[in-house]
Amino acid sequence: MNTTQATESMPGKDIDFPIPRSCPFHPPAEFKAVQRQPALARVKLWNGNEAWLVTRYEDFRAVLKDKRFSADTRQPNFPSPTPGILVARGHYRAFVSMDEPEHNTHRRMLSADFSRKRIDSMRPQLQAIVDELVDELLAKPRPVDFFKDFALPFPTRVICRMLGVPYDAHEFFQERAEIMMSTTSTVEEAVKAGKELIDEYLGDLIDEKARHPADDILSRLVNNHMLPGHISRGELLAMSRLLLAAGHETTANVTAMSVLTLLRHPEQLAELKDKPELIPGAIEELLRYLDPTQGGRRRVALEDVEISGQLIRAGEAVVALNHVANRDELNFEDPDRFEIHRNVEHHVAFGDGIHQCLGQDLARAELEIVLGTLFRRIPTLRLAVPPEEVEFNDERVVYSLRALPIDW
Amino acid sequence: MKITINRDACIGAGRCLDAAPAVFDQSNDDGLVVLLNPNPGAAELARVRAAEDACPARAISVEE
Repeated sequence: MNTTQATESMPGKDIDFPIPRSCPFHPPAEFKAVQRQPALARVKLWNGNEAWLVTRYEDFRAVLKDKRFSADTRQPNFPSPTPGILVARGHYRAFVSMDEPEHNTHRRMLSADFSRKRIDSMRPQLQAIVDELVDELLAKPRPVDFFKDFALPFPTRVICRMLGVPYDAHEFFQERAEIMMSTTSTVEEAVKAGKELIDEYLGDLIDEKARHPADDILSRLVNNHMLPGHISRGELLAMSRLLLAAGHETTANVTAMSVLTLLRHPEQLAELKDKPELIPGAIEELLRYLDPTQGGRRRVALEDVEISGQLIRAGEAVVALNHVANRDELNFEDPDRFEIHRNVEHHVAFGDGIHQCLGQDLARAELEIVLGTLFRRIPTLRLAVPPEEVEFNDERVVYSLRALPIDW
Repeated sequence: MKITINRDACIGAGRCLDAAPAVFDQSNDDGLVVLLNPNPGAAELARVRAAEDACPARAISVEE
């Protein structure tokens, strides 16, 4: 039966996952040793379940591009990152938790709207939102919290525009979205805000888009897909919730941490101010270096698969760490150094495989416009506190700032 | 070289046009891959191989 030389024995003690960071700008140092050892490590998760841990860049890509690994949270032994996510992804089931062929059917309802060309055509609108937010920042008393007053509202304003939420509802939308996704909300508050926003508000908006279609994502989803019966109303609401949640903390934190990182590397910031054509390359390096999505990509094997000489049996769970893979010294020279001239060919901050981030080109365009605009309009922007006093939140699947006090 | 694309597998990520814009495009209708040239010259090989590697859905295959 065993036709491979793959290792089958369990190599040593499980690591309790997650491990806290000791430095805000690097994944936990413990993973370096794991990355170098040939055998795959094992981790124990929040609910006592075990999983194989994938930390090497090549292994990470191999797992995510292999359809024998399922992203379906309904699979027995699926390693959900937190109890909250387990519940949310069960209740609001969207393509992030689907395998082929169902996944492609759903994702394709959005691929045109998130394609690079469509996002490029949206740049004037993205610029307008960034300028609006900078205007608001400039009007505030200082010091200003860049995280709360720019980075957090920014992705919500963008998705509102793309979904087709009427402008007079933006504030309501923003407030509920914040509560729904905030680290300081209680579970009850988050669930209540979610119901008000998704089930009630978006539910009504869906009916409005059926009566009066406009040129926006919700109108297309309602009229091209829900009404002809390709997806249910519940699935449409789940998809909307995913679009709102997926790009929120990720974009907010990469935006704010990019500003922080550049302020901490003033020579490289000076180069970017002087040569804006360097910004796209710098953004790939910022994505590789910062990659705050630290909870790992979660899969269950549908069949026996060999990864890195290790036989992963059908039914076993895998946690694949993109942020650690992005620091693999076999693929990135001096991987822990931040270097805008690195010329990153392919990082895995957006994952890989069929679930690779739908919003990646939106994220890139957003970051380009923010970095291009912010330092041009506020050239003397600086931290309002010593860098060691900037606070972070390590408790969540997205590594997060608590605040980013700035002045100019 | 000969390039084959599997449009059923394509998820519209667009990494291919990033890597080899002379060879791959994205449809305006559905965001999925459009093969501009199935037999490009040898000068495109490195870019086409990069597109094959970057494709998250393994929808591109290249034969030399």
